[in-house]
Amino acid sequence: MSTASFPLPRWIDYAVLPLLNLMLAFLVSGLVVWIIGENPIEALKLMLNGALGRGEGIGFTLFYATNFIFTGLSVAVAYHAGLFNIGSEGQAYLGGLGAALVALALDHYVPWYVTMPFAILGAAAFGGLWALIPAWLQAKRGSHIVITTIMFNFIGAALMVYLLVNVMIVPGKMAPESRTFLEGGQLPKLDWLMAMFGLKLGPAPFNVSFLIALVMCFLVWVLIWRTKLGFEMRTLGLSRSAAAYAGIPYTKIVIITMLISGGLAGMMALNPVLGASARLQVEFVGGAGFVGIAVSLMGRNHPIGIIIAAILFGVLYQGGAELSFDMPNITREMIVVIQGLVVLFAGALEYMFRPALVRVYQQFTKG
Amino acid sequence: MNEKSQAPAIELVGIDKKFGAVHANKNINLTVAKGSIHGIIGENGAGKSTLMSILYGFYQADQGTIRIAGETTTIKDSQAAIAAGIGMVHQHFMLVENFTVLENLMLGAEGGALLAKGTDAARAALKKLEEDYELEVDPDAIVEELPVGLQQRVEILKAMYRGAEILILDEPTGVLTPAEADHLFKILGVLRDQGKTVLLITHKLREIMAITDTVSVMRRGEIVATRKTSETTVEELAELMVGRRVLLQVDKGAANPGEVYLSVRNLTVKDGRGVTMVDNVSFDVRAGEIVGIAGVAGNGQSELLEAITGIRKPTSGEIFICGEPVAGYDPAKLRSIGVAHIPEDRHHMGLVLSFEESQNAILGYHRDDKYGKGPFLAPDLIRQAATVDIEKYDIRPPNPRLKTANFSGGNQQKIVVAREIERDPKLLIVGQPTRGVDIGAIEFIHKRIVETRDAGKAVLLVSVELDEIRSLSDRILVMFAGKVVGEKTPDTGEQTLGLMMAGIAA
Repeated sequence: MSTASFPLPRWIDYAVLPLLNLMLAFLVSGLVVWIIGENPIEALKLMLNGALGRGEGIGFTLFYATNFIFTGLSVAVAYHAGLFNIGSEGQAYLGGLGAALVALALDHYVPWYVTMPFAILGAAAFGGLWALIPAWLQAKRGSHIVITTIMFNFIGAALMVYLLVNVMIVPGKMAPESRTFLEGGQLPKLDWLMAMFGLKLGPAPFNVSFLIALVMCFLVWVLIWRTKLGFEMRTLGLSRSAAAYAGIPYTKIVIITMLISGGLAGMMALNPVLGASARLQVEFVGGAGFVGIAVSLMGRNHPIGIIIAAILFGVLYQGGAELSFDMPNITREMIVVIQGLVVLFAGALEYMFRPALVRVYQQFTKG
Repeated sequence: MNEKSQAPAIELVGIDKKFGAVHANKNINLTVAKGSIHGIIGENGAGKSTLMSILYGFYQADQGTIRIAGETTTIKDSQAAIAAGIGMVHQHFMLVENFTVLENLMLGAEGGALLAKGTDAARAALKKLEEDYELEVDPDAIVEELPVGLQQRVEILKAMYRGAEILILDEPTGVLTPAEADHLFKILGVLRDQGKTVLLITHKLREIMAITDTVSVMRRGEIVATRKTSETTVEELAELMVGRRVLLQVDKGAANPGEVYLSVRNLTVKDGRGVTMVDNVSFDVRAGEIVGIAGVAGNGQSELLEAITGIRKPTSGEIFICGEPVAGYDPAKLRSIGVAHIPEDRHHMGLVLSFEESQNAILGYHRDDKYGKGPFLAPDLIRQAATVDIEKYDIRPPNPRLKTANFSGGNQQKIVVAREIERDPKLLIVGQPTRGVDIGAIEFIHKRIVETRDAGKAVLLVSVELDEIRSLSDRILVMFAGKVVGEKTPDTGEQTLGLMMAGIAA
């Protein structure tokens, strides 16, 4: 047995290791900040304060985190079946269309809590269907799902721009967006939840979608670890030959998995479309689909890990925005660099410290 | 003769190696005389491979000294091992398949930027090696077109070309026909007579008796005994390996064949490239008998099993189970009508190694309502069920939550055997039931297979171990190049079967 496979207690694997990675990412980020002539300690303070300091900051942080939970779950579900879904971005975009169509159809007639379940279904259906074609191509034709889902991101973006510019635009207006939903088509903010902790939400768009995301986390956990379908997905993900031996149908599982994965990505649209802007806009996904890959990776494809990683990225997004506002030297692009470093150290290089930790652990257990 | 040539070829003093909590080699002391064949025998996980890896520079020993020809040597990598005159023939060949023999020989010793000079030198050297050691092989043949026995010879030539005085062979006969194995032993004999030293690692007692001068037995990381081969017996070695007395002969009564459970008619299977792997095969297996399929690996046995168990679609022909035509059924459907399958390769098919034990104990049967209502799975129920099998099959450690990769080969195989036999199938399809399994577990698994037969089930057994086929089967079919070339009784001589397996006589 080498140090790579040596079993460590779970608390080291799931807490110490990610924390070390995160610290290293911040250390290197600090170095970058220092090189461009700003004080890294000050920058970190500004960032944390901006993300977690006030009710409004927390509201924005959790708003972003909600997006990332949905897309993180989307990536994780596919990953358990051995599929790398890079298309959450496009699936979320199409999901927005599904959600918006429901809102536009119902907002005149019913209150939000009647619209909500239909909007969830609409978003999931459109997102899922957008994943269906790559899934079918993978299952039946062997076209690699990484390639096809990436391509479908572009097709989805083009389609949405066409629809918004030519079909859904409000006549006489310049902005490529749908009309604003009435109250019956909006998801209410979670002022009351913040108030329970004595915080004021202010203008932050933190809304009911967050609770939907948490429910989805639980359902994904049940699906993966407590159902026969989840067992089949995991078997397929870990060993395609063992799945074939066990009589687990490849085509069926690939298609079902991608429908669920795309559906989860589609639901992400509820948050910005029905929860924040109350209208369908171009590019509302804004990269959340790609962040979902990092979130899933960092969260070890487990719903709990995904919630934690999504909040971390929420902090980076919100804190980063505040930071670039207060320190003009640190531009939006610098924030992207810092996020990239977190992905690099916490995601791609997640096992870098493991051999060293194993040695330290062995020293301690020996002595 | 000076003092140096009298020194033993290899001397290991106090070699110790730990991997975390696993003590792979404990204080190994071993002396191998120059010009001898020394066998190292032991069960899987006894530490044979670790010891050889230390000798060949893949691992560093934590403690201990290696002396080669009397000189203390540090072997920090395989380059150093080659420099010290150690050559290794791996279980899985390290050859570039689409290169010629000569090109493979030169690999890593090309002799400059232009090939011509090196090629000439290699060709001359190869000719000399052929003459010295009776190792004939066409230097311009493409390696992948050579039979396995000749490919192995290229590996040996490669080692000799690099000036090996000591040759390590790791389980060299696993892929050979009996005839090829005999030929290999003849070559090793010549090498010994020329003053080379051979280390033979194997778990086959018969080979040790046939070829070695001295033998060391390893158990749990220690060398428990070293014997002169002429002064020991198979029984003694087996007992030393396992640490208790073992029954080498399978204890079974006469078969009592009943109605036909499995019937294969004109079955043809082509692989993905369109190559015919199973060629118009027909046979029956009756209730209460074990039918063994003998053959060298790669002659269509795997494809035949996969077709019968629904993993691979047959190209043509028919399969009947208790009269029901089942060609085209998927494995799940076949399980539901009573077909159990112990697959040839437990790592790739029979198990998901990163699952916990209990999850593998239900693989393929996971849709059963026993393990959870409707779409749900209940981990408690699964673990309870697994615990029953663990006790009955003495699977160790008895922990249904342990990751399957952390079980030994024998215990992993028992997980598969328990899962398949405990479903009370009508037809049991078994592929290589004891590959990479230690002697103690072999005995146990063989007993279960015979019990299954005695309970009135039909058993189809495929194995490349001729001994296993002969001791378990009631009838033997021999496969060669996708065809069944003959049917024999289990008391047929090894020689006859060996020739049939090589496609020479029917």
